[in-house]
Amino acid sequence: MAETLFHKVWNAHAVRKLPSGQTQLFVGLHLIHEVTTPQAFDMLRQHGWRVAFPERTFATIDHIVPTRAQRRPFLDVMAEEMATSLERNCRDFGIPLWTPDHDNQGIVHVIGPELGLTQPGMTIACGDSHTSTHGAFGAIAFGIGTSQVRDVLASQCLALDPLKVRRIEVLGSLRPGVYAKDVILTVIRRLGVQGGVGFAYEYGGPTIDAMSLDERMTICNMSIEGGARVGYVNPDETTFAFLRGRPFAPQGEAFDRASAWWRQMASDRDATYDDRVTFDASAIEPTVTWGINPGQSVGVSEAIAADPQDEALAFMGFRPGARVTGTKIDVAFIGSCTNGRLSDLEEAARIVKGHRVAPHVKALVVPGSKGVSRAAEARGLHQVFIDAGFEWRGAGCSMCLGMNPDKLEGRQICASSSNRNFKGRQGSPTGRTLLMSPAMVAAAAIAGEVVDVRTIVEEVPA
Amino acid sequence: MNITSVSGRGLPVRGNDIDTDRIMPARFLVSVSFEGLEHHVFEDDRKADRSHPLDDPRYRGASILVVNGNFGCGSSREHAPQGLARFGIRAIVGESFSEIFQGNAAMMGLPCFAGDHESIDRLQTLVEQKPDTTIAADVQSGVITAGALRFTATLPPALRDGFVSGQWNPTAMLLDRFDEVRAVAARQPYIRGF
Repeated sequence: MAETLFHKVWNAHAVRKLPSGQTQLFVGLHLIHEVTTPQAFDMLRQHGWRVAFPERTFATIDHIVPTRAQRRPFLDVMAEEMATSLERNCRDFGIPLWTPDHDNQGIVHVIGPELGLTQPGMTIACGDSHTSTHGAFGAIAFGIGTSQVRDVLASQCLALDPLKVRRIEVLGSLRPGVYAKDVILTVIRRLGVQGGVGFAYEYGGPTIDAMSLDERMTICNMSIEGGARVGYVNPDETTFAFLRGRPFAPQGEAFDRASAWWRQMASDRDATYDDRVTFDASAIEPTVTWGINPGQSVGVSEAIAADPQDEALAFMGFRPGARVTGTKIDVAFIGSCTNGRLSDLEEAARIVKGHRVAPHVKALVVPGSKGVSRAAEARGLHQVFIDAGFEWRGAGCSMCLGMNPDKLEGRQICASSSNRNFKGRQGSPTGRTLLMSPAMVAAAAIAGEVVDVRTIVEEVPA
Repeated sequence: MNITSVSGRGLPVRGNDIDTDRIMPARFLVSVSFEGLEHHVFEDDRKADRSHPLDDPRYRGASILVVNGNFGCGSSREHAPQGLARFGIRAIVGESFSEIFQGNAAMMGLPCFAGDHESIDRLQTLVEQKPDTTIAADVQSGVITAGALRFTATLPPALRDGFVSGQWNPTAMLLDRFDEVRAVAARQPYIRGF
């Protein structure tokens, strides 16, 4: 029978039907970080449980790390305590950990793929809602809470109900200056921030097929912003080419055998879906959020259409009918698990090259991992950014969320390549976030205000 | 411990898409324990709005939060339901919830009942007008009663049955037949070796 990748992976990992009616699902890869695990390890100790599969568990420190001075001990004593706690937990339970002094450290959703840990056909879990990122490889990846982290540590399993599958087909090709970020913001805008509850999103069609893994990760990453806990793209030759030679990927002939299995796990051509939605890529323009959730966005040529009473308008200081272009920004942030990868930095650097950051703008570039940082420096991208007046920082979650020294102040407006524009998200309760592609952030940093990136460079390379 | 019904006074927090960053701002996650989170529930919203329901003396001691659509969206931080539970919330009645939030809440024995828009709006209005009204929520049937108001809400069946049977914390169940877990692990080509 024709099946989707979701069902194939689910069935391959189903242990049994639990008395509750839920499925006990085996987790092939468990990624952990410092924020959502300390209490889980405490619960393990209270019950005298061991970590069931330490060899399928990998840890990094990302949310709390300062991006300016990463030497230990961290200046923030609470952050240092979290780091020390994760070090002790990983030592006690035999889990490999990449701290900021290690070459592999970075944002959990950047390093998993970068190291080849993330592979097609796997079930993956992590105590972080952006775990959906790993679906870009054709894995089924769940963001979970701390109690579920405890469950996975103790049993390598989750108790879950299956999801429905919605096929999101993106047809045609993107116009120059339009990126994966614009696609996913458009998807969320149309389907709603709650539209994906109960669904896994399968992204496909010619636009997605033509995308790199970095771009597919941007799309899958923000599935959760549309309410979908899981998002994925079927594995293909692009996926295999990305994985070949990665440290944790199968090597030599085993890689070819792996590719054959991965190919089988892709959705069958005639698989049936619970729902199907189609988007026209050529109709998408550079997109920017104007509100306080990621569904509240407009294309650069559009006016904001919202109820004048909408709390988002008041919070953001926009008037209905206004445009986002021309909005003066205070901060420009390029980074995060959504858009902190090498190709994001390359694209932003192309926009930045030969320009200067507007004098009133604080601009920072934060690579998603040490690996991204090294690769960018090898290409001289850091110098392009530094020459333009950007700060070039160390790897971490940085200004995506207010858990480290990188925070907005007061009512600052930030052009941000991150994933959430919630009230207070970037560390100041009254701070304002405008989500957009890294290229658009770069353009805003130079102009000092939100501009259509296509007006900054005469011809944006596709 | 089984949870078959929850009753108490209501605490209405209106608005759709209230995310977990608002329920528990990220700076309070910089800690290795959940202790003290009750002091920071909705902290930034409350500072911005001095008449926030959580600070309204009429609702002091209320234990049933009454919310609207897509409550708890965004970050998977369990610190959000932990903070609410430690604040004294025993059940949440709303229009709908994010999946991760609802699951996290269930893990600490905090049921999230989903009702239709009209009934929830009426319940919020009732509580706003008569804060002393007792809300009773029956887990098995999903029936919510408050004064003359009565409607049926739903819980995902697995969570509902978990509360009723007392098996709402699944770890023991997941460890119950561990040989089967090992067998499934051994079947995975990426573990067995390609």
